[in-house]
Amino acid sequence: MTSSLRGNLIALLLLALAVLAAFALGRFPVAPRDLGRLLWSLATGEPSGLPSQIETVVWNIRGPRIIAAILCGSALAIAGCAFQGLFRNPLVSPDILGASSGAALGAVIGIYLSLGLFGIQFAAFVGGLAAVGAVYAVGSTIRRGDPVLVLVLTGVVVGSLLGAGIGLVKYWADPYNQLPAMTFWLLGSLAGTARPDLIPLLGPVLIGAVILLALRWRMNVMSLPEEEARALGLATGPLRLAIVAAATLVTAASVAAAGIIGWVGLVVPHLARFLVGPDFGRLLPTAALLGGGYLLAIDTLARTAAPVETPLGILTAVIGTPFFIWLLASARGGWS
Amino acid sequence: MPHPDRRVVLAGLGATLAAPRLARAAAIRDGAGREVPVPGKVERIFPAGPPAAILIYTLAPDLLIGWPRANRPEEREFLLPGIGDRPEIGRITGRGNSANLEAVLQAKPDLIIDSGSTGRTYVELAERVQQQTGIPYALLDGRFDQTPASYRILGQLTGRSERAETLARWCEDSFATIRGRIAAISPSKRPSVYYARGPRGLETGLGGSINVETLSFLGSRNAAADTPGSGLAQVSLEQVLAWNPDVIVTIDLAFAESVRSDPNWAGVKAVREGRVHLSPKLPFGWVDFPPSVNRAIGLWWLAKLLYPAQFPEDIRKLARDFHTLFYQVTPSEAQLDRVLAGRG
Repeated sequence: MTSSLRGNLIALLLLALAVLAAFALGRFPVAPRDLGRLLWSLATGEPSGLPSQIETVVWNIRGPRIIAAILCGSALAIAGCAFQGLFRNPLVSPDILGASSGAALGAVIGIYLSLGLFGIQFAAFVGGLAAVGAVYAVGSTIRRGDPVLVLVLTGVVVGSLLGAGIGLVKYWADPYNQLPAMTFWLLGSLAGTARPDLIPLLGPVLIGAVILLALRWRMNVMSLPEEEARALGLATGPLRLAIVAAATLVTAASVAAAGIIGWVGLVVPHLARFLVGPDFGRLLPTAALLGGGYLLAIDTLARTAAPVETPLGILTAVIGTPFFIWLLASARGGWS
Repeated sequence: MPHPDRRVVLAGLGATLAAPRLARAAAIRDGAGREVPVPGKVERIFPAGPPAAILIYTLAPDLLIGWPRANRPEEREFLLPGIGDRPEIGRITGRGNSANLEAVLQAKPDLIIDSGSTGRTYVELAERVQQQTGIPYALLDGRFDQTPASYRILGQLTGRSERAETLARWCEDSFATIRGRIAAISPSKRPSVYYARGPRGLETGLGGSINVETLSFLGSRNAAADTPGSGLAQVSLEQVLAWNPDVIVTIDLAFAESVRSDPNWAGVKAVREGRVHLSPKLPFGWVDFPPSVNRAIGLWWLAKLLYPAQFPEDIRKLARDFHTLFYQVTPSEAQLDRVLAGRG
């Protein structure tokens, strides 16, 4: 068995376990036997004969939330792989070019203007795309120096400007009603995810993922130093734009749906490289599986640990950090 | 400090029961137990935040310099003309004040009033602002059951003890009546209530939070009360289904409109039995924000929802009386309709 196949099998197994646990666990008690009957009725089309409340909990509450968690986790993980490869830097995460801060600013403005649920999700999505668009436009007008470095620096600067904008809107906000909503949004949560929320998430994530997969060979070349890539006949400029656009699309869609969830996009790519190595053709699927499984496991914990929800952004950091340190300390292989 | 005429001070205090402190007539204790000098004359009061502004407005509207946030036109309708439209002056909250202390001084207040937490942060803020500006700064306890005490302190500070006593008594009588009737209801017959905020209705106030103070006062079982904490939190719909509350009280119009037809909420007892209620919010919220005396009428409204048999009073009449006494504007029937429909 090749290492790639083994890695993907491990990732798939973890994801399957996470899905099983996520369906079985929750604040509303659903017996494993009832869950089995529901699955049976889904497969055969026969009525399950269970109270409609149990069907509601499993299919309308847990189901959409599980799908959303997997999609967001996968999206952040593959965006992290793409950005880390593009910038040849293992410390880069998907928000490096301002996608998260742009989405956050869009969302807090949406909350400030009392938009509806889709209005807020849309404002966040557009905010994320616009922020990265602005960073890219500014970065490419500056002709001096290494283009990658210029882009990263522009992203950092614009990101802090967007942070100031978020602070300003929070300062203006009504402290009794809007401010708590903004705080919850910024901490990241999938509470309240319903079926209609999945469409604006699924579309962009699929499009971005397909583009990144199609570009996997060229992405390998892009991780070489700029001169070498050019020497191999690669048009680095347009290719960089395509990768940034695809990675931003998936990041913005997932941040718009779930709020700010740090950490997944930074660390899951490392775990995936640890399993299958740096080749993007193998890395992207493994990272998607691992990221989806990881965020799903975290979200299951977030909704079961206490009667009230624990913010996702907090859990990913608290659980992820010691795990990552342990991995760093115990890993024998290289990290590049 | 100028020595105030002892007889005037005695007369001002006579109506209250503050006898032990008569010897120090030039200063009174505020809601946090601080000694605050009583100004010789009070013509202008600066409210440190929205709860204080409402408290001052209800006691002595002419003294209120302005509002922490300008009132919207639909709110002004329910307030005295010339006062409801006074300017926006920001708030004093420590770091990140939206009111500049120089601007506070420029407004030439004789007194600064804050109502809310009496924790150390706010005590020290009051001390500091009082030292920097030289203006007496009184901190009132914003907890709901402390409203009568806050009125009495404010009455002494402003020399309006008579009206303060009237308002304090109204609150105390309401509290006593409501407490008395609820005490006769066995705890098992008290409904469990889920307090819903946010457009999805999935934000709620934990047991110790100021947002659900009136619900706790009414002896109802707050669905989220067994979670420790004193703030707002998010919950999952699954958890609400597991709690299966008898009554849902919300302040969010969008949620109130969608929940009745949302199949996912259909299994909740409160939705099935049509016991989802949208809180009135004019001119100020009846249940939650700002946490001030506006919640006193909300207490009656909630009591009627939770215990219809024990509270046969007409809420329209109660609301009209409350508005007339506290806001000094009598709402029309059409205005009352809008208030009770929960429109903002």
